[in-house]
Amino acid sequence: MASERGGGAAGVISNAAERPTTEHAERAEQTEHTEQAAHAVHPEPAAYAAKSSDEEREPVITVRGARASLGSRPVLRGVDLTVRRGEVVALLGANGSGKSTMIRAVVGQVPLNSGELELFGIPRRRFRQWARVGYMPQRTTAASGVPATVREVVSSGRLARTKLRWPGRDDRAAVDRALELVGMADRAKDSVNALSGGQHQRVLIARALAGEPELLIMDEPMAGVDLASQQVLADALRQQVAEGTTVLLVLHELGPLEPLIDRAVVLRDGCVVHDGPPPQAVGQHALPGHDHIHPHAAYAAEPIRTGLLT
Amino acid sequence: MEMLDYAFMQRALLAAVLVGITAPAVGIYLVQRRQAIMGDGIGHVALTGVALGFLTGNNPVWTAVAVASLGAILMELIRWYGKARGDLALAMLFYGGMAGGVLLINMSDTGSNANLTSYLFGSITTVSQQDVRTICVLAAFVILITLGLRRQLFAICQDEEFARVTGLPVRFLNLLLAVTAAVTVTVAMRVVGLLLVSALMVVPVAAAQQATRSFRTTLALSIAIGLLVTLSGTSYSYYEDVPPGASIVVLAIGVFAVITVLAAPLTRRRARRAALAEEQCTVEAPARHISANDDVRV
Repeated sequence: MASERGGGAAGVISNAAERPTTEHAERAEQTEHTEQAAHAVHPEPAAYAAKSSDEEREPVITVRGARASLGSRPVLRGVDLTVRRGEVVALLGANGSGKSTMIRAVVGQVPLNSGELELFGIPRRRFRQWARVGYMPQRTTAASGVPATVREVVSSGRLARTKLRWPGRDDRAAVDRALELVGMADRAKDSVNALSGGQHQRVLIARALAGEPELLIMDEPMAGVDLASQQVLADALRQQVAEGTTVLLVLHELGPLEPLIDRAVVLRDGCVVHDGPPPQAVGQHALPGHDHIHPHAAYAAEPIRTGLLT
Repeated sequence: MEMLDYAFMQRALLAAVLVGITAPAVGIYLVQRRQAIMGDGIGHVALTGVALGFLTGNNPVWTAVAVASLGAILMELIRWYGKARGDLALAMLFYGGMAGGVLLINMSDTGSNANLTSYLFGSITTVSQQDVRTICVLAAFVILITLGLRRQLFAICQDEEFARVTGLPVRFLNLLLAVTAAVTVTVAMRVVGLLLVSALMVVPVAAAQQATRSFRTTLALSIAIGLLVTLSGTSYSYYEDVPPGASIVVLAIGVFAVITVLAAPLTRRRARRAALAEEQCTVEAPARHISANDDVRV
């Protein structure tokens, strides 16, 4: 088992307790859904119980002193990051701050020059239980050189569990559920080529969810997504989190996901400059790298902060 | 159907059926990965294999399988590690394979230019009994891989990074696909010829996807088109005495043109329906989000 990092843990727990009350109400509405779903997703209800208790939870992702470079340019310069079971952690930062590299290192797509990386307490090199991880890479499209339906693309997410065997009834049911979660069930038979940008991202999220992961890792899920789809994605994510799924995601700005985020980790030039509660409107605009004026008129009237480090 | 009375024609038609199935079945993955030209490169390299067969007195089909597989694996490795200069490395491999083949074939006693032409553009009279047996075995391997592992191959060609994170053995599957493509090239070379084999991998898929929405139907339809053009092209070569590769490929392009024209109204209707669905989505959005100057995201 991994050694614990005391520093981050305290912040996490107090932070989780501060979730806005409105969100609790919304969660209560969803309990019926959630209970059925929790059964389907996590055979052991312990995961859900662990989330609600204030006990120190086991780390799902542990990164210590991660260094990585792309070519000769150092992109990560000693990053520490711990994500505990049930947490929703947002990685924020300006373009080029290393947040995408960080997330790709976690899923083993970028090699670390030095440092330690553990998933579910297992060193990355020996980690083979990929069915526990749902990954959404940063992509603007779910299409490729040959037509494919929404369902076909989402089904490939199930390969994390089926691997080389033939899919069965459970697998088809999981794909159906993932499609419903992102509101794409009625488009299942349509070609992905006929979708809008936001719908492409919904398909990519559904693909990550089709494997019924315990840990969801998403690289800019909201990039190029229209507001209607953002809301759908936020709802889908809220339901996953309520079921006990741990989430690490790269965001450009908090947007509609803001109430879901337990903790924000802000990167700058490959170093962690903030690890704690999501930055508030004022603090956020004062953060380094933020030099962007937001034209979101509809949002500007609201007290809730939207733009962050664009 | 007097052409069926001839044993050579029966063998040629059987080979044509196998080529009609296997070439699009592999080609669809290459097209999906936007590597449509890879089959062409393997064809070039396979020529060196054919020449080695002549030179060493072995069956050229087997030496072609060996050399083409090596070439395909090399191409896959160049794709992994090549980065910026990968395209130049591939170009050298392609032209080196073709030049080496021509050089070696002229050095051997049994190889002649007539022989060379039959491998480059296909021939219906040269498919021997032994060739048919070999082609059957190789085609069975290709069909088993391309249809049996279609979900896995679909995933790695759709989004390789995602496929790696699902824990699929992506490197192994990539190499397996490369070798399967190489085997398909050698299955097809007696009928279609090495220079035109890539067309039969790509054109039926391109034709099918003008009219389809799913990967599954694209695969089925491209195999159907492959069968149609290889059988009719081979028969045409029997009557007109032209290389079958040429007639098959011209037919395939004809089918592509016909389907493209026929599918145009279908595509328009789908575009309209998709546009309609978009409108409905916008209506679902909470009213506060809809604003004339609401620039969604920069």
